[in-house]
Amino acid sequence: MIAFGEGSLAVAVSAVDRDSAIRASGELLVASGRATPDYIDQMLAAVEEFGPYIVIAPGIALAHARPSRSVIETGLSLAVLAEPIEFGSHNDPVRLVFGLAAVDHEGHIEVLAALAERLSDEDFVNSLLNASTNDELGHLLLGETAQ
Amino acid sequence: MRIVAVCGMGIGTSVLLKMNAEKVLKTLGIEATVEACDVATARRSAETANIVLTTPELVESLKGLPAEIISIDHFFDLHELNEKLSKALL
Repeated sequence: MIAFGEGSLAVAVSAVDRDSAIRASGELLVASGRATPDYIDQMLAAVEEFGPYIVIAPGIALAHARPSRSVIETGLSLAVLAEPIEFGSHNDPVRLVFGLAAVDHEGHIEVLAALAERLSDEDFVNSLLNASTNDELGHLLLGETAQ
Repeated sequence: MRIVAVCGMGIGTSVLLKMNAEKVLKTLGIEATVEACDVATARRSAETANIVLTTPELVESLKGLPAEIISIDHFFDLHELNEKLSKALL
């Protein structure tokens, strides 16, 4: 499974607040064919319901909703924000917003594990933050998590 | 030993928690199964669990379960998981 589909990555994304940052990652899931626009609303409802724990590590959010009919195929997206945004988390401010859509509770675990492994490396996180084009981002991510 | 990792939706944070908890348990030499689930499932599933790992935001909604509830602030921080699991299990 290719975790990051074509069109799922974007650098220099402008967001004004938490919701627009989440929306940006959701739009990339939609653009890359992994979810329908309804899924974006579900992502926003989820953060509203459960709070900012989706900010899983300093500066990194994993925006997602439950598996639902709005998910077309399991996949990930990444919006690198132009400016850091406060999510109300102890891991604020957020610069990397990953979007996750999953068709079930199991299928994406390996992909997520591989990504998490890489995100625990500060140099890798910095290279994502410093990527200047979407292609560069793709090169960084697809080289390692696309198996 | 049965451990349940809980997050709001059961597909993101709880999966990361499960993964890192398994790593830590291995280094501690503790035999345990770790499951990831969402908060609604957890209320049933965690009835028979020894430990529940979750985020600070969800601790309140899991109160009343017989399991010991451990709140984790940094899901990638194996040190924190190690410390809290050691304290609960050793």
